[in-house]
Amino acid sequence: MTATAPPAPAIGQSLDRVDGRQKVTGAARYSAEIPLHGIAYAHLVGARIAGGRITAVDAGAARAADGVLAVLTHENLEKIASLPPLLPSLAGSAAPGQTFFPMQDATVHYAGQPVAVVVADTHERARHAASLVRVRYEESSSVTTIDQGRDQAYEPEAIFADFIPGRSGRGDIEAGIAQAEALVQGEFSYAANHHNPIEPSATTAQWDGDELVLHDATQGVNATRLTVAALLGLPITKVRVVSHFVGGSFGSKAMIWHHPALAAMAAREVGRPVKLSLTREQMFTSCGHREEQEQRITLGATRDGKLTALRHHKLSPTSPFDHWAEPSLGVASQIYGCPHYEGVYRLIRANTMTPTFTRCPGEASGMHALECSMDELAQQLGLDPLELRLRNISDTDPATGHPWSSSGLKECYERGAARFGWHDRDPEPGRRREGHWLIGTGMATAGYPVYQPNNPQRARARIYADGTAVVQAATPDFGTGVATVMTQVAAETLGISVDRCRFENGDTDLPNISAAVGSSGAGMISAAVHTAAKALRDQLVTRAVADSGSPLHGADPATVTVRDGVMTAGSDAESYADLLRRNFQPDAEASGAWMPAEATEQYGMMTFGAQFAEVAVDAELGLIRVRRLTGAFAPGRVLNPKTCRSQLIGGMLWGLGQALLESNRMQPRTGRWANSNLGEYLIAVNADVPDVDIELVDVEDRIVNPLGVKGVGEVGQVGVSAAIANAVHHATGRRVRKVPITIEDML
Amino acid sequence: MRPITYARAADAATAIAAVSADPGSAFLAGGTTEVDLLRQNVLTPRHLIDINDLPLNSIEPQPDGALRIGALARMSDVAADPLVRERYPMIAQALELGASAQLRHMASMGGNMMQRVRCSYFRDAESPCNKREPGTGCPAIEGVSRGHAVLGVSEHCVATHPSDVAVALAALQARVHTQGPGEETHAYAFDDFFLLPGSTPDREHPLAHGELITAIEVPAVPVARRSLYLKVRDRESYEFALVSVAAALSLVDGTIADVRLALGGVATRPWRAMHAEDFLIGAVAQRANFEQAARVELSTARPTPMNAFKVELAQRAMVRALETLANGSPA
Repeated sequence: MTATAPPAPAIGQSLDRVDGRQKVTGAARYSAEIPLHGIAYAHLVGARIAGGRITAVDAGAARAADGVLAVLTHENLEKIASLPPLLPSLAGSAAPGQTFFPMQDATVHYAGQPVAVVVADTHERARHAASLVRVRYEESSSVTTIDQGRDQAYEPEAIFADFIPGRSGRGDIEAGIAQAEALVQGEFSYAANHHNPIEPSATTAQWDGDELVLHDATQGVNATRLTVAALLGLPITKVRVVSHFVGGSFGSKAMIWHHPALAAMAAREVGRPVKLSLTREQMFTSCGHREEQEQRITLGATRDGKLTALRHHKLSPTSPFDHWAEPSLGVASQIYGCPHYEGVYRLIRANTMTPTFTRCPGEASGMHALECSMDELAQQLGLDPLELRLRNISDTDPATGHPWSSSGLKECYERGAARFGWHDRDPEPGRRREGHWLIGTGMATAGYPVYQPNNPQRARARIYADGTAVVQAATPDFGTGVATVMTQVAAETLGISVDRCRFENGDTDLPNISAAVGSSGAGMISAAVHTAAKALRDQLVTRAVADSGSPLHGADPATVTVRDGVMTAGSDAESYADLLRRNFQPDAEASGAWMPAEATEQYGMMTFGAQFAEVAVDAELGLIRVRRLTGAFAPGRVLNPKTCRSQLIGGMLWGLGQALLESNRMQPRTGRWANSNLGEYLIAVNADVPDVDIELVDVEDRIVNPLGVKGVGEVGQVGVSAAIANAVHHATGRRVRKVPITIEDML
Repeated sequence: MRPITYARAADAATAIAAVSADPGSAFLAGGTTEVDLLRQNVLTPRHLIDINDLPLNSIEPQPDGALRIGALARMSDVAADPLVRERYPMIAQALELGASAQLRHMASMGGNMMQRVRCSYFRDAESPCNKREPGTGCPAIEGVSRGHAVLGVSEHCVATHPSDVAVALAALQARVHTQGPGEETHAYAFDDFFLLPGSTPDREHPLAHGELITAIEVPAVPVARRSLYLKVRDRESYEFALVSVAAALSLVDGTIADVRLALGGVATRPWRAMHAEDFLIGAVAQRANFEQAARVELSTARPTPMNAFKVELAQRAMVRALETLANGSPA
């Protein structure tokens, strides 16, 4: 028997984005751009105070303004049917961002809380009328910063929707500290961060009788559907959510905040479709944030650099409603083999929203503290920082003792260091100077958990008698490139070329996919798409070998290969299209569902990487500029190197922003954010962006999901801020334990 | 944003007459700040007169060696002008370090002189602010004031003047030409054009309502051929200065023959560093003298706890600018 040609590879190719042309030509319609007849525009009014109650609302001038259709306040907005519990949207249930819904009574819990919704016939008129709504408040004292609430800190039983215990540990932390021959202690502070995707959140709501269609900018159409259905008391089948294009999210659209339900309520009130688009400024008070925080670390080690103890405590403000902190102590507790560990979350009830997922939730801050402390420990021990890490690599997950499903960490260190030129480094700080600039280098470890869904992820594959295929799943593409990558997965699994295959997504009418959060998207969606496409391929092969009219009749299905839509067994071949046409079949279809195998519970699952940074510091003027970033990552199977690198570059630049730029300041007197605009909330601009070099380390993972995909949405960010802070120390000899590190810290 | 009517004027007299006649009206040039503030209800005119069609965009050398820059010349055009680059590098650099490329293509030079402060309390239409609503108070003084001024402040206002190019123009003693109702013209010395906040921070310029900037005249300043603009900020582009310095220096035998210095980012108006200049003229060009000059200039600084670092940073930036010029490698 002659060897058959392998399937044309689609997975692993740098396919251009399938929707790139639509996006750059403006043909792509985002959720605020849906043209509907008779559409009206809603504008939110946010509370001016951080705590208290509304004593009066004077909406007379607003109601009398030109074009105004309705002014909704707590006095006339319908009551919600039920308030679902807070659950991360990955769980597949309703997923409100906080267990609170506004405008149900007169209480104000945080500044920016919606207190009125104005609906008018144009956006400008709605916005103008919103400025005419006069709200009077009785203000009570508020807590909005750690400093204001430090005395009232408490240790919660659990955080993060009860998924993570407030306190965790292993071994005997006191004994571990007593054994230590070197000890590093540090207290780190972190500014609050906001997401700032290019597309502000928006919902367009349209009722048809008792059926509701929402176009929503979301990471999960089913999360929007289930949340709005619960809030409005609608049967799930009466709510359809469509989200074909989403202009970035970074966690701001991972949970379902108030505006989709408010848009639906407003549309019902005025009897017209309603579009509710948040302003840029409202984005700072409408969809959560990364909380201000402090972390204290004690790190103990033997003289030869083996860790003996890690104590890691975090203090952060949460909302009046939920015990929420981003899970900062996770990867930091698992990345190194350290026998004695204690992790504690402490919270402060504050007058803010419930904080939420913000890119690289938790690990961006927790690994910053650990990796800066590791650098300090290396210095104390006279060890190269990379060598210290190599001495503490763990082959098992220290939290459970389970083996890693795959690692690649050692290769990431080695190959990243080689690309970066780490080994030429003079360990002494302050030695390299170029003109006014002091040059330094630093490194850090990266790791991000592989989060798995707890419910079936579904997809459907259909091939037509002309040989073209469509593969469907509910997931939106919020800029990650998932529609492109899933086209590749479907095409390769079916054995057709990518230009014959289309991926349809972003609609609750399509098979269910959980919200793609926590870097879970590529893994779980590719698993569903692969399962469906494989079922269809197997169905057609099975049909062909059983079909006496087919050249493949009688062949062993296991020997059949498919390439360019042609099934081949030995010298016999027939295309999918011929098989269908000969049998008068217009199409063939199969569904697939995937859930993580129970065996995954016997493994630690993490994406590993290593980060290297070179900075230049003008010590006289306090300027820090990043000159080079190198990251080496082992994300398992890479579905599309181009979109993969894009995600990793983006993550690394978020790390740069976290290290040097991103900070929203709370005004303690008013409880309002001070710089809620893109002029003053600083994110990196092109001029700040250095040469970013990425190395992908191949590791095969047979455990996590069928294609061995571990995800890259967040891991690119982990450790970058620490590598930069460590490089600043190397350049100047100064350790700054706050982020962002700004000019005044360097003077 | 309130309902607004809009008209385009074809000549200056018509535009000036229209705005002068109606206290609720305003000129609209590039609009890069004004439209934002209209949307935020910080500015509340009822009628806008668009002046972009007025023939005020030329850049012309004058017989006396001055350069006359039309009020509607765009920032990007001025930055690219060969005469500006040759005679006044500090102007070209200040322009190119300001805003973003898109904004520089739109923003006019006259509008740049009139741009409003970036104070977040001023720009939030509902906060108290003495500049926006006299007598309501200044929350910035005890609020978030990292970007605020340390020079020229009063107990009524600490907002920083945001312009970059105005700092260079202050160093060069430019003049601001205007035209008022009835066609009368006026030329303001640069220092007279920007008022200190004092007890009337709402009054930023000596202009009458309807008085229109027609040109900025930069005199011949030979020392400015060796000049630079140093801008210190958190990120590399698209951010207002924490501290900036416009500097020009000429030496004769190691002694300072002529010097121009102005500061941005630290003062309530473009801040000509007269005290430092006076100290430096005739002094030996050495670091100790630069440091002393900077100390003298900042001796009247009144910082808040949050912006106290600017006092030190401004001095270091001045020293850096002067050393750079003294060492013969401007910028």
